[in-house]
Amino acid sequence: MSGTTLILVEHERGQLKRPSLHAINAAQRLGADFALLLLGQGLDEMTKSLLNYGASAVVIADDAALAEPLADRSAAVIAQAFKQLNATSLLGTSSTYSKDILPRAAALLDAPMLTDVLAIEEQEGVTTYRRPINAGSMLATVQLHGERRVLGIRASAFEAPATVAESSPIEKIAIDPASLPNGTRFVSREERVSDRPDLTEARVVIGGGRPLKDKETFDRLVGGLADTLGGAIGATRAAVDTGLAPNDYQIGQTGKVIAPDLYIALGISGAIQHLAGIKDSRVIVAINKDPDAPIFQMATYGLVGDLHQIVPQLITALQGA
Amino acid sequence: MKILVPFKSVLDPYEAAAPGGSGATAKSVINPFDEIAIEEALRIRERGEATEIVGLTIGPAAVDEQVRAAMAMGVDRAIRVDDARSLDPYTVARILRVLVEEEGPQVVLMGKQAVDDDSNQTGQMLAGLLGWPQATFISKVEFLENKTRARCTRETDAGLEVIEVNLPAVMTADLRLNEPRYVSLPGLMKARKKPIDVRTCEQLGVKVQPLTTVISTARPPKRCAGMRVESVEQLVLKLKEEAKVL
Repeated sequence: MSGTTLILVEHERGQLKRPSLHAINAAQRLGADFALLLLGQGLDEMTKSLLNYGASAVVIADDAALAEPLADRSAAVIAQAFKQLNATSLLGTSSTYSKDILPRAAALLDAPMLTDVLAIEEQEGVTTYRRPINAGSMLATVQLHGERRVLGIRASAFEAPATVAESSPIEKIAIDPASLPNGTRFVSREERVSDRPDLTEARVVIGGGRPLKDKETFDRLVGGLADTLGGAIGATRAAVDTGLAPNDYQIGQTGKVIAPDLYIALGISGAIQHLAGIKDSRVIVAINKDPDAPIFQMATYGLVGDLHQIVPQLITALQGA
Repeated sequence: MKILVPFKSVLDPYEAAAPGGSGATAKSVINPFDEIAIEEALRIRERGEATEIVGLTIGPAAVDEQVRAAMAMGVDRAIRVDDARSLDPYTVARILRVLVEEEGPQVVLMGKQAVDDDSNQTGQMLAGLLGWPQATFISKVEFLENKTRARCTRETDAGLEVIEVNLPAVMTADLRLNEPRYVSLPGLMKARKKPIDVRTCEQLGVKVQPLTTVISTARPPKRCAGMRVESVEQLVLKLKEEAKVL
């Protein structure tokens, strides 16, 4: 395995995405040293916060050409850094940012890639990787061949990294903007202002299904409970399809995979695609009026009843608690 | 404008992933995300912005059933690379690259992931190999400036993002790009007469080396049902005293 592991660190609006640092723990399983790579513009503050994780280097590509996370440019710079460091592994997460960029970088590096890696193990001298397939209904154990590899890890399956006293050196990558791909242009991004925590990072998540009926009810019950507990909001595909919640709230096979301490499912029957996204939650509470809903087979605590009555009671009970 | 739609044949996800089901009886279908990509290509043609839609797939002769289904939707002709092996996304991208270079489309439009191995890699890898721009996870596409560019809305973790890509480009379809049409009987009749060009990796000059080997598959440990609580008070007590999450 041997060579350096390069970890793509993610950030958004000037804030580090903490789960992307969980890749450090995955890198340590690969055995060799690791470097952290940060792409963007105006990275000085974030760079400082990366210096005490034991990286052999914190590698910075800071340039106006990288101000937006465009895949073609980002992948080109990542491939450049990978080669300069003589790296053999590239790690990121399962975010849409990593999923957009890492496979492209893998192609530039002529390397295979695995998505959604849950575990890295050593079996009789061979490194194997575990990942879910078929909407998480099966786990595959996979071996990779060749010198190089790219891994998108599922951040919730790896621990947050420990800090160390010693400071890592900073290495700046020289970028020639004129040589970068120029076929993509950023136009706009929907900026939704929310005080709630990020869905994939939240300690508590409240999920809502179609029985919430309309957006007002969804916001009042799911939103109300989330705000009472300082949690994030998620939704089923059916709830998103009927316009109760925005697309990026969707939890499941094609949406987000979450692993909070507490997940409260409101009016969610438990389609396999949704369960794939919640089953690593530590505690699952299901509130549903159908006593035979599949979600109850997986819930730590199940409460059968009408959520329109139960949720306001629960909010009141928790506020008093 | 020519659009290439690579698609994968997968076991029907609603049968294959059913709890307790072995998937042994599941029939094959076009990967649902690829079906969305095919639908979008058809709509682009119906708007008068595309002239030809070419399907691409890799698999043994049995996959022709899904090729015919794509043709019944409206795909004009198809190429099937005859290969029964289970190929990793990078190998698939290398095969597609050769065919894209041969066909010279302005757009390659495919699903963001196959619902069997959930990799979400092939489109991005293909774009990387071709050196083309990419627009992944799209929920909307429109063509600009005499079809030299496309404006795409992408679904990201933080919400919607809009980018413009120069053509030719690779695009991958997300769930909400459209709802695919049902196949019509006249469509099925027409599909029988459309040509399928069968090729092999050897003919295309693509060397297939396994880069990933699946050693084993297993069902994940089952999460057991906990308990039913009878009231809100009991639930709050359990969350506090037993689970200690409040």
